[in-house]
Amino acid sequence: MRKDLEAMSPKYLGNSFFFINLMLFMLLAHPLTASAAENIGTHGSGQPWWFWPLILFIFCFGLGIIAVLAGVGGGVLYVPLVSGFFPFHIDFVRGAGLMVALAGALAAGPGLLRRNLASLRLALPVALIASASSIVGAMFGLYLSKLNPDIVQVCLGTTIVGIAILLLLSKNTEKPIVERQDALGLALSVHGAYLDEGTREEVSWKTHRTPLGLAMFILVGILAGMFGLGAGWANIPVLNLIMGVPLKVSVATSKFLLSITDTSAAWIYMNKGCVIPLIAIPSILGLMFGSFVGVKLLSIAKPKFIRYMVILVLFFAGAKAIDKGLGLGILG
Amino acid sequence: MSNGTPNNLKPMPEQIAYANVLFIGAWTGIVLMIITYIIYLGGILPPHVDLPLITQHWDKGVDEFLEITHSPHGWGWLTLLSKGDFINFIGVVLLALLTIICYLLLIVGYKKRRDWTYFAIAILEVAVLSLAASGLLGAGGH
Repeated sequence: MRKDLEAMSPKYLGNSFFFINLMLFMLLAHPLTASAAENIGTHGSGQPWWFWPLILFIFCFGLGIIAVLAGVGGGVLYVPLVSGFFPFHIDFVRGAGLMVALAGALAAGPGLLRRNLASLRLALPVALIASASSIVGAMFGLYLSKLNPDIVQVCLGTTIVGIAILLLLSKNTEKPIVERQDALGLALSVHGAYLDEGTREEVSWKTHRTPLGLAMFILVGILAGMFGLGAGWANIPVLNLIMGVPLKVSVATSKFLLSITDTSAAWIYMNKGCVIPLIAIPSILGLMFGSFVGVKLLSIAKPKFIRYMVILVLFFAGAKAIDKGLGLGILG
Repeated sequence: MSNGTPNNLKPMPEQIAYANVLFIGAWTGIVLMIITYIIYLGGILPPHVDLPLITQHWDKGVDEFLEITHSPHGWGWLTLLSKGDFINFIGVVLLALLTIICYLLLIVGYKKRRDWTYFAIAILEVAVLSLAASGLLGAGGH
C-alpha cells in the first residue's frame, strides 16, 4: 500500500518520463529494431553521413541505461550488438568498444577509490596480469580479423553466448567466508575493510585461492583484448567466487580494473588505427549519458526483469554473430 | 592500498590523489571529446578524411580503410592536429594516458612507504602500458 502511494507521488510521476524513455530505448536496443536498422544500412547507401552516428548515439544512450539497470558493463553489450547490426567492420567496433568501456570505468573510478570500495591492494597484481594478457589478446584478435574477420565473429558469438550462460547461472555471494588466506594472498597482503552502508558495519575481507584467481585473469585479459569487451562479466565471478572477495568490493574493484586492463588493449587498437572518431565519440558519449539516466532509474526500475532481458539479448546477439561469421543468414 | 590493516577504513593519501587526478582527467577528456566532436561535425576545421568517404569504407578492415583514406596509424595523428577529425584524438588519448599518469603517483607512494612489492608491480604496470602506448606493438601493417 505504501509502495502504491509512493508510486503515485509527484516525484515518481515525474519519473514516468524516464520510464517512457526507458521503454523507447529498450525498443531501440531490441534486436529486431537493430535488425531493421541493419537493413537500412545495407540497402540505404544513400543515407547522409550523419545518419549512422546519430542512430549510434541514440542506440548507445539506450544501451547505457539498460547496462546500468542490468548490472553489466557497456562494452559487453556494445560489441556484439553493434558488430551484428551496424554496418561497421568488427575492427572499428572493437576499437570503439574498448574506448566505451574505458571511459565508463575512468568516470566511475574516483568515487570507488574515495569510498575505499575499490581495493588497490587487490587490483594492482590482477591488473598487471590482465593488462599484459589483454595486449596479447588484442594483437591476436587483430591478427585473426586480418586473416578472416568471420573467425572473430564466430569466436565473439561463442564468447557472448558463454557470457550469457555465465550471467544466468552464476550466483555471487555477498560476503564469502574465507577461513584461511593462501600464501600468495598473505605475501601480497591482499586484504582490506570497507564500511557496509546498509548495516553500518565494518566488513573485513581477505582472499583465498589467489594463484588460481590470478591465473584466471590471464584468460579474462585475452578475451577482453581479443574482442574489445570490458571484462566486468568475468572479473566479478573470479574475484567473488574464486578468490572470496565480498561482492561490493568485487564489483567496485572490477570496474576500477577495467580502467587499467582496457587501457592497454585500447592502445593496441588505437595505434593500429581502429578508433574512428565518427564512430567512437557518439558511442562513448551516448553510453555515458545513458548510464547517468540509468543510475537515476535504478530506484524505480525492476533490475531483475531487465537483467533477464539483457541475458536474452546477449543470447540473440551471440547467435547473430555466429550466424554472421558462418554466413548462414538464418538471423537476417 | 589503504588496507595495511584490515581495520583501516581510510584510503592512503596516494589513493585519494589517484582518485582526484582520475576525476579531473576523465572529465577533461570527456569535455574535450564533446568540444572537438562539435568542431569536427560543425566543419570548423576541415577533416583529413571527408565524412562521406568514411561512411563508404567503414565496413572494410582497418588496413584497407587506412590505405583508402590515407590515414596514419600509431602516433601519426599528431601531425594532423589541424584537421577536424584528428583533433578528436586529443580527448581520446588523454583518457588512454590517464592510468599511466595515476600510476606514477602510486609509485611515489609505495616508494615512500617502502612497500617494494607493490612499488615493483606499479613500475611493471607502467612499463606494460607504456609499451602498449608506444605503438611498437600492433601498429603498422599497411
